[in-house]
Amino acid sequence: MNDVAVLGGGMTLFRRRLKETGKELSFQAAKMALEEAGIDNSDIDMVVMGSAPCAFDGIHMKGENLLDGAGAKDKPYVRVFNGGGTGVFAPIAGWWHVASGVADMVMVVCEEKMGGCYPHPQTAFQTIWDPILDRPLTPNLVWLFAMEMNRYMTKHNIKKEDIARVAVKNKKNAVGHPCAQLPDEKITVDDVLNSEMMAWPVNRLDISPPSDGASALIFCNEKKARQFTDDPVLVDGVGWNIASSMWTNRDLYFPQYVANAARMAYKMAGIRNPRKEIDFAEPYDPFTYKELHHMEGLLLCDKGEAPILTREGVTERDGDMPICPSGGLLGVGNPIAATMGQKICELYWQLAGKAGKRQIPGDPQVGVGQAWGDIMQMGTVMVLRR
Amino acid sequence: MTEEKIQGHPKYAPGTHVSSKDIREKKVTYTWWEVEAQYAYSVGPANSRFLKELKKGNIVARKCKPCGRVIVPPRMFCEHCYGPTDEWVYLQDTGQVETFSRSYLDPDANRIEDPILVGVVSIDGASPKHGFMHYFGEMDPEDLHIGMKVKAVWKPEEERTGSIRDIKYFKPLEGGDE
Repeated sequence: MNDVAVLGGGMTLFRRRLKETGKELSFQAAKMALEEAGIDNSDIDMVVMGSAPCAFDGIHMKGENLLDGAGAKDKPYVRVFNGGGTGVFAPIAGWWHVASGVADMVMVVCEEKMGGCYPHPQTAFQTIWDPILDRPLTPNLVWLFAMEMNRYMTKHNIKKEDIARVAVKNKKNAVGHPCAQLPDEKITVDDVLNSEMMAWPVNRLDISPPSDGASALIFCNEKKARQFTDDPVLVDGVGWNIASSMWTNRDLYFPQYVANAARMAYKMAGIRNPRKEIDFAEPYDPFTYKELHHMEGLLLCDKGEAPILTREGVTERDGDMPICPSGGLLGVGNPIAATMGQKICELYWQLAGKAGKRQIPGDPQVGVGQAWGDIMQMGTVMVLRR
Repeated sequence: MTEEKIQGHPKYAPGTHVSSKDIREKKVTYTWWEVEAQYAYSVGPANSRFLKELKKGNIVARKCKPCGRVIVPPRMFCEHCYGPTDEWVYLQDTGQVETFSRSYLDPDANRIEDPILVGVVSIDGASPKHGFMHYFGEMDPEDLHIGMKVKAVWKPEEERTGSIRDIKYFKPLEGGDE
C-alpha cells in the first residue's frame, strides 16, 4: 500500500440555508482545497463525492447532479454514502484510491443542502424507518437519539448537566471558526438544560442544527507530496464497521461498531494504547451525548468515563485530550456529509499547525476523527499523523 | 464575514446565508416542487406471519437452533449464524422497558403539548434485549422507567388490521414492578 498525504482542505460557510446551489457550494469548497494545496484541478486524477440522503436536496442520484461542481467532469468519479458516517467514509474512499495506487492525486468533496426541504428536513427522514414495524408508529428521528441517550445515561448513572457541558464546550470552541453556524462564547450549562424539551432527555441545545454546506480535501501519494511539503500530514489508519439493522435487538449503551472501526484503524496505525498515543480527537457530535458515547467507542476512555473527563476539563482545547477543537457539529453546524470539514479537515489543519485561533497548544502529532450513521449502526474512523 | 480573512484555515468562508423569511417573502429566486409517491411494501414471509398473529392477539418469534436465539421481530434467516431460522415460537404479551422517550415532536418536528411515550420493549419469552419499538400508556409519564414491567393493551379484535398497531400500547404490568 502507498502512504497517503493530505495536501489541503476547504469549507464553505455552514448555515441553515445558503443561497448557492449544491454544485456551487461544491465548487467553492473544492477551489479552497486546491488553493491550499497549490495545485490545479487538472492535477487531480480522480474525485470522490460524499453526500448523505438524497431526500434532503430533493435530487435523486445527487452525485451525478453535483459532479461538475466537484471538478469531476471526464474523470473517474464515485459517490459514497452511509448516512451520517459519510463525512469520514468519503475521505476513507479517497484514501483507498491513492493507497491502492490507482490514483496519485484525489479530491474528496462533501456536500449537503438541507434548507430546501419543507416542512422540515425531519419530514424527509421518515423514510429511513422500517416501513413494516416502525413507520406505522409515525416516528420522529429524534426519538432514536432520545432512546439511545436515555439508555446510556441510565446504564452509567450520568447526570444531564455533565452531558450539557459538551454543548457549552463545543459552541465556545466554534467561536474561532469562520464557517460556524452556532458559535457561542457566553452559553452556560443552565442554558442547555433550560432550552426547549424536544424528546426527553434531549433538549433543543443538545442537538446540532440542520445546515447547508460543503467541504473538500486533497489526498496525494506521499512520495509525490514531498514536492509540495517537507513535513506532510499522513493518513495513518482507517476503519469502518456496521452493526445489525435490527436496533431493537441490541443494547444501545455502547457503540460496539465504533470500537470495531477504531480497532481496525488503530491496528493499521500501529496504535496500541490510544489514550496515550492519540493527542486529540474529533468524534461525531450531532447530539451532546454522542461526543461522550463516541469517545468511549474510540477507546479514549473507559465506558461511562467520558462525562467525568468532560466535567474535569480534560476535553477542553487546552486539556490533556482536546475533543472537538473545531467546535464540532454542535458549534459549527451539521450539513451531514460536509462535516468532513470538522472531522478530517480539522485534523489536518491542527496537525499542520494551521488552525489559527483554534490551534491546540503543545504541537499535536496524532489525531483521530470519526463519524456515525445509518440507524445507530455505522462507525467510520480515520487517524492522521504528522 | 464571507470574505473576511482570518488567521489560520479555513482562511475564509464562502457562501451567502438566506433565511426562511427571505424565501417566504420571495427575496430569493427559487423554484418549488412537490412529490407525491405511494408505496406498497411487501412484508415478506416472516413479517406476514408476525402481523397475522398480532391480529389474533399473539406475538410470535423465530428460533435459531445453532445460536439458540429466540428472535423478535422474527426473520427467516439469522444474521448472526447466517443460516435459516428453524421454528416459530409463541411469546407472552408482556415485557420490560429497555429504553424510552417522552416526545414533544410529531413526525414533521412540529411541537405537541402532550408527550408521546415511546420506547423499546423486550418481550418475555424472547432472548434478552430482543423486542421492538412501541408506545406506552395508562401511566403517569414521569413513572415510565427503564426496567419497568409492561403488558400489551390490544385493540378490540374487530378493529385489528394485521399491524404493529394492533397493539395500542404497553401499560404497566400489575404487580410487575418491585
